[in-house]
Amino acid sequence: MTMSNPDLKTLAVGDVVTESAIEVDRGRLIRYAGASGDFNTIHWSDQIATDVGLPGVIAHGMFTMGAAVSVLESWLDDPTAIIDYQTRFTRPVPVPATGSVTLDVTCTVGAIDDEAKTARFDLSVQLDGARVLTKAQAVVRLG
Amino acid sequence: MVDVNSSGRVYPPFGPYQVGREKVREFSGAVGATREVHHDLAAAQAAGFSDLVAPTTFAVIIAQQAEAQLIEDPAAGIDFSRVVHADERFVHNRPLVAGEEVLTVLTVESIKERAGLAMVSTRCDIHALNDAGEAGELIVSVYSTLAVRGE
Repeated sequence: MTMSNPDLKTLAVGDVVTESAIEVDRGRLIRYAGASGDFNTIHWSDQIATDVGLPGVIAHGMFTMGAAVSVLESWLDDPTAIIDYQTRFTRPVPVPATGSVTLDVTCTVGAIDDEAKTARFDLSVQLDGARVLTKAQAVVRLG
Repeated sequence: MVDVNSSGRVYPPFGPYQVGREKVREFSGAVGATREVHHDLAAAQAAGFSDLVAPTTFAVIIAQQAEAQLIEDPAAGIDFSRVVHADERFVHNRPLVAGEEVLTVLTVESIKERAGLAMVSTRCDIHALNDAGEAGELIVSVYSTLAVRGE
């Protein structure tokens, strides 16, 4: 199996290439805590989260960052072509004890570098219409 | 109180950390990375890798363990419950692959105080463990900034 990603020539800046809605509940946070080894109490104890001034348990920023790029990885044929991925964490994602919240992820072509054969994809990640990540950008090596 | 004098400090290499096949599957499942190369050994090998391929942000597991050297250093004065993640960046030379062992060098790039916040910026360079037991090929650099709120 040879993995080949979309051709640069088929892309234009501003194109929305993929979007997805991610459901987040406490179970996903606990699963991420175990998988990542990040057991910071603000991600599982409402008491401790409110004690330090948060609205309640919030998602790990790194959960949100990882889940968001999974949307792009699913669209790419070769997920290992992502050579640079960054974000700023702008707004916390409170996750209630029961039920879930939805993160809306939209992936847009942000820039194309013909010489380096790379494209930058900009990820918009929103909770109830408000951005939770800023400057979430993935640079992908393309043929 | 965060000690701004930690800025510029380079810690001894952390590790070796072995990238586990089941840890790759577990982390991939947790973030929703569903591609076959993260889960199916035959698919990963068919794509030219020796074992399962770690997804884009997997290196944070290793970086956060290395960063603990700073965060848990009493001299640094960081209260973990007052820590909020400000930014993160991964710069990959190649993906991490299950089975390999890595050494991580933590550098405190800067510590700046502003408006009751201490912004702690670190870089973790994750290297392949070479035959001499030292840090060899650079695989991925993980840049992170933590905001530590004052009491």
